[in-house]
Amino acid sequence: MINFLANPERFTRVTAPLRPWLVGLGLALMAWGLYLCFASPEDYQQGDTVRIMYIHVPFAYLSMALYAAIGIASFFGLIFRHALADAAAKAIAPVGAVFTVIALLTGSLWGKPMWGTWWEWDGRMTSVLVLLLFYIGYIAIHNAIEDEQRAARSAAILALVGLINLPIIKFSVEWWNTLHQGASVFRADGPTIAPAMLWPLFVMIAATHILTAWLILVRIDSEILARKYRALRARLSYN
Amino acid sequence: MPHILMVTDLSLRKGYNLLIHKLNFTLSSGEAIGLTGENGVGKTTLMRTLAGFQTPDSGAICATENDVQIESEIWWSEHVHFLGHQDALSPARTVSQELEFQAAYLGGDLGKVAPLNLKPLLDLETRYLSAGQKRRLSCARLLMAPRLLWLLDEPMAPLDSAHRALVAELMQNHLEEGGMIIAAVHDALPFATTGLRLERPAREVAGV
Amino acid sequence: MSHPSLLSASLALLKRDLSMTLTRGGGPLLAVGFFITLMAMIPLSLGPDSSLLSRIAPGVTWLCLALSTLLSLERLFERDYDDAVFDVLRLGPLPLELVALLKCLSQWLGTGLILSLLTPLIMIILGAEPSLALISLVAALLGSLSFALIGGIGASLALGARKGGVLMALLVLPFYVPPVIFGAGLMQAAQISASPLQALSFLAAYALFALALAPIAMGAALRSALN
Repeated sequence: MINFLANPERFTRVTAPLRPWLVGLGLALMAWGLYLCFASPEDYQQGDTVRIMYIHVPFAYLSMALYAAIGIASFFGLIFRHALADAAAKAIAPVGAVFTVIALLTGSLWGKPMWGTWWEWDGRMTSVLVLLLFYIGYIAIHNAIEDEQRAARSAAILALVGLINLPIIKFSVEWWNTLHQGASVFRADGPTIAPAMLWPLFVMIAATHILTAWLILVRIDSEILARKYRALRARLSYN
Repeated sequence: MPHILMVTDLSLRKGYNLLIHKLNFTLSSGEAIGLTGENGVGKTTLMRTLAGFQTPDSGAICATENDVQIESEIWWSEHVHFLGHQDALSPARTVSQELEFQAAYLGGDLGKVAPLNLKPLLDLETRYLSAGQKRRLSCARLLMAPRLLWLLDEPMAPLDSAHRALVAELMQNHLEEGGMIIAAVHDALPFATTGLRLERPAREVAGV
Repeated sequence: MSHPSLLSASLALLKRDLSMTLTRGGGPLLAVGFFITLMAMIPLSLGPDSSLLSRIAPGVTWLCLALSTLLSLERLFERDYDDAVFDVLRLGPLPLELVALLKCLSQWLGTGLILSLLTPLIMIILGAEPSLALISLVAALLGSLSFALIGGIGASLALGARKGGVLMALLVLPFYVPPVIFGAGLMQAAQISASPLQALSFLAAYALFALALAPIAMGAALRSALN
């Protein structure tokens, strides 16, 4: 088998030249997107508060996409023992957790003027809350288990078990909701979006996703370096 | 019953760090290997890999009987004993409870453990045993369920000289009956063994 | 050489673990004590309003059952891990997945079963209708089995970690959401004399799902922990 550091090093070599392009493109799109957000018309019912959507929706997407990414990386780390996959999953988790918090907070801020409540125990919001708990558990495992590789394995198993369980949890919360009739204030699929609002939203989604990709590449790279540093230190301590 | 254990190009890691690089050795019925090396060089990791507790990074561990390969599942569940430096005893259970469980679980005959002279200890909880007594009790499973390969990690360490002689004699009997032994040791065993010294892999190979 | 059959080795392990569950570390008494203490705290924190208590009794009892089961699972693998007993268990005829499953089952037989038998009693003390006793017993048996299996996954993941108990609770509780919902929903349906069949079948389905998933996950986690 090829030396295990060779792969991560090749990964760094290939992705390092990409990073300036990603960050440049991301920032440019972000600037354009923010301009469009404020240039776009107000909603006839929600007024200015509709602009929260341009932040909320991209981060809600990202919180789910990043958990899926952790799941995929965990699968490869667990089955093929790919050291880079472990590093990637570990690097993604805190980003995903923070984005989930942002999605929940902006959702709550948006919900208050729109539906008159900060929080509603409906299937979607409760599932996102559970998603946050998964992120926290995932990060906690990495912190609590000292052996890196063991931590990566345990965390990967948790991520996969979580991925299998999320649909079940979502279903059970929705079922619970139908049991408690009258509790639901709004339709789960939300309002339909006017085309004038679609453009800024689309640009914001593209910008946040590209910047997130850049952030994660940087974090994977620093994780690889940190691991190499620890391996060197362990070796020096023998002599 | 000529059994052969063949280890080819075995590489092991502890965590992400390479410990053993391309190790090769062969062991036949009636032979013993004395494993030596500095602390932290990977003796225990190698023993645990040979016991099937951990998958090697690369390389193969292959056992044959009359040149027919033994399936690895069968090999590890029927032909290998492992005695780590921890004794694998539950402190709250009595010696006889532990012996009976091991006999039922591993499939063994308690009549064979007589040489270890455990009778006076039978009703004691294992937490009251001395380190040497515990080691004797863990040696019981080597005798009650006869298996081909004994993997012994520092087997003599906690024993007094009388019991070292006893365990050495048991090991010799095992070899005479066609068994194999791989023992990690600091002091040489009092019978003929093949030496195997583990070295740290070179820096370039370890990739750091 | 005589090699034990899967069945006789399984029975030997089950017998050993069950006797350890029943005698070691306070045994089921600890979980039962915790269960009853939690129950006593509820009226004390909510006030003695009997109409309120009887309305929330089923749901709250479910939560207490989930927490008590969780508490007793913390040390499921830890003792044998610390004592290196897994070195023996792994060289026997049983795959690690089956070893883990048998440990879960003996834990459930030793504590979950007893807690389930108590569940109708606690519910009635809190003010639920005595006619709910039978259905709540069935639900508690299925629920505590799910809790034990999912909790086993958490215990195997948290093995050897600092503050393993807190970590385990953090990891496991989100997975308790479906059985808590179905179990409490079942009781609610029974309370208003609706058919509890749907909730009961969901609860049973989740128990079966856990039974299929838990051995695989526990086996993988134990394998990595026992390196």
